[in-house]
Amino acid sequence: MSRIEGVLQTLKGQGRKALIPFITAGDPHPDQTVSLMHSMVDAGVDIIELGVPFSDPMADGPVIQLACERALKHGTSLRRVLAMVSEFRETNNTTPVVLMGYLNPIEAMGYDAFADAAVQAGVDGILTVDLPPEEAGDVAPLFSRRGLDPIFLLAPTTTDERIRAIADHSSGYVYYVSFNGVTGAAKINVDDVAAKVAHIHELTALPVGVGFGIRDAKTAAAVGQVSDGVIVGSVLVDTIARNQADIEELKRALTDLLTPMREALDRIKP
Amino acid sequence: MSVKLTEEMLAALPDARGHFGAFGGRFVSETLMDSLMTLEKEYLRLKKDPEFQATFDKDLADYVGRPSPLYFAERLTRETGGAQIWLKREDLNHTGAHKVNNTIGQVLLASFLGKKRIIAETGAGQHGVATATVCARLGLDCHVFMGAEDVQRQSLNVYRMKLLGAHVHAVESGSRTLKDAMNEAMRDWVTNVDDTFYIIGTVAGPHPYPLLVRDFQSVIGREAREQSLEKTGKLPDALVACVGGGSNALGLFYPFLTDESVQLYGVEAGGLGLESGDHAAPLCAGRPGVLHGNRTYLMEDENGQIASTHSVSAGLDYPGVGPEHSWLKDIGRANYVSVTDEEALDAFRMLTQVEGIMPALETSHAVAYAVKLAATMDKDQMVVINISGRGDKDIHTIAQLDGIEL
Repeated sequence: MSRIEGVLQTLKGQGRKALIPFITAGDPHPDQTVSLMHSMVDAGVDIIELGVPFSDPMADGPVIQLACERALKHGTSLRRVLAMVSEFRETNNTTPVVLMGYLNPIEAMGYDAFADAAVQAGVDGILTVDLPPEEAGDVAPLFSRRGLDPIFLLAPTTTDERIRAIADHSSGYVYYVSFNGVTGAAKINVDDVAAKVAHIHELTALPVGVGFGIRDAKTAAAVGQVSDGVIVGSVLVDTIARNQADIEELKRALTDLLTPMREALDRIKP
Repeated sequence: MSVKLTEEMLAALPDARGHFGAFGGRFVSETLMDSLMTLEKEYLRLKKDPEFQATFDKDLADYVGRPSPLYFAERLTRETGGAQIWLKREDLNHTGAHKVNNTIGQVLLASFLGKKRIIAETGAGQHGVATATVCARLGLDCHVFMGAEDVQRQSLNVYRMKLLGAHVHAVESGSRTLKDAMNEAMRDWVTNVDDTFYIIGTVAGPHPYPLLVRDFQSVIGREAREQSLEKTGKLPDALVACVGGGSNALGLFYPFLTDESVQLYGVEAGGLGLESGDHAAPLCAGRPGVLHGNRTYLMEDENGQIASTHSVSAGLDYPGVGPEHSWLKDIGRANYVSVTDEEALDAFRMLTQVEGIMPALETSHAVAYAVKLAATMDKDQMVVINISGRGDKDIHTIAQLDGIEL
């Protein structure tokens, strides 16, 4: 069983929901990412999605675009992100880490070399935004074979046929994108999400994490009610942008955001 | 090594997943997949629909003014002292460039799909103008994304788009040029996918765009082939076209791909020279990667981050290229070369002064290479240059380089 499956199964057994933060690696500075990861674990998160910065983040809104620019300005390459995960693993062997990003940095490194290095570093899952399962035929098995969970997106526009096909290619969890749009937009409609996620649960036994548009304890609780976990990104990244100057202040601000979300999720009745 | 292409081989490409050999494909976020699959299905159906084709042909004839002439550039030929130089006059199309062939086709697709809101990206502004034009004609809501740097250097086209009723969105992110405009158009599309049709301006992007843009632009090569046989009794020996994303080049080349005797030259933007690193020549100096929905040759750094590009011509200032060009390069069917900003500017002046035809700065790259090529060929040989667009939009840039304020 992968580390991701283990964590999600334990939570399910406890009747709890996963809190999954996303931050862009290398933002505000590559030297601070590992410390932010540990701080988020202390605030009660279950899985960390670590964004691999890319020069052309087509699926992201302005907040994460700027985070990519800040991280790239400090030379945050994919190799450097893997080194951050290694460092995180020196003192944390339990919290799963999913790398989330775009395909080209992985393609440039080479798929085998990347998959080997990711396992070596202690990465648990790979989510590549611009790699639909149709193009992942050669790539996803390279990950699965090494015990890395390939995680794919589902969207409001995804047909039933595709939901089944995507679930077949996935392990760990599937990531449901709550609305048509880019990260950081304020478009979420909880009723729509509830209906679609219930439907996805009929089509696959995999846990469903929901991301895009979750910005506070209230939306986290509402979405947590209908899913297996919530993914929180832009609101954290925006907090990083506004607290770049002081790392201790930044950690406090992230904790202040995550703690009420954790509490709200834990109040959900099974 | 060159492969002899047959009609059967070409008919099988792209494959069902939109691949041209190792290139192409559909690398987009999940939200767009359903729309792309619907577009593919509808296009493949309409491609065989006589009513769709008849409407397309009629619009090209009566609205665009096709066929565009194949003109013998007698004085340029004499001055060059080599092969006969013929010009395929896409600059004479309505709106002044080849871009309109594609927007006529895609807006027709949009109408068949019932989409009322149109988005497009643009570099030099020619595709934006061509999109705004067909939207004005059909009363559709038109949004054009353009890099902020290009908004500045192509201000004339920005104003043309506004006059045509389009909303022009200046894109401030990244390098503020064509690739960033395409990123922003993709973001708009993912947000408004239910009611919006994205008219991509070149033979790149996720499948089926490279296929349908190539099909719509192939009218250039079909005409050139016929006109060449009619006027000279033979096929040209060489075709030359500039390559940014590569739609005018592929439109000219495609109907000649199985004609082995016809040499194909795609001319990329060499900027300040390939060795300077300041250029936009992925086929000459890049390597395969994935950007904007397809696998193709790209300009990128060793970490897979997309490199910034430079060209005096906004329309060529793009780090990628259509995937079918990448395939044609790898199988050796087409040759990809580059010319510098300076050579292109010289060619602009030469064609203007020798033939009275003012080419776009993009097109000037093709002219520059074709003249060098023709000089090495025999007098009984024939070179066709795709004059993909006219240069009025570039007069401010040229004047500025001359130190003149207009």
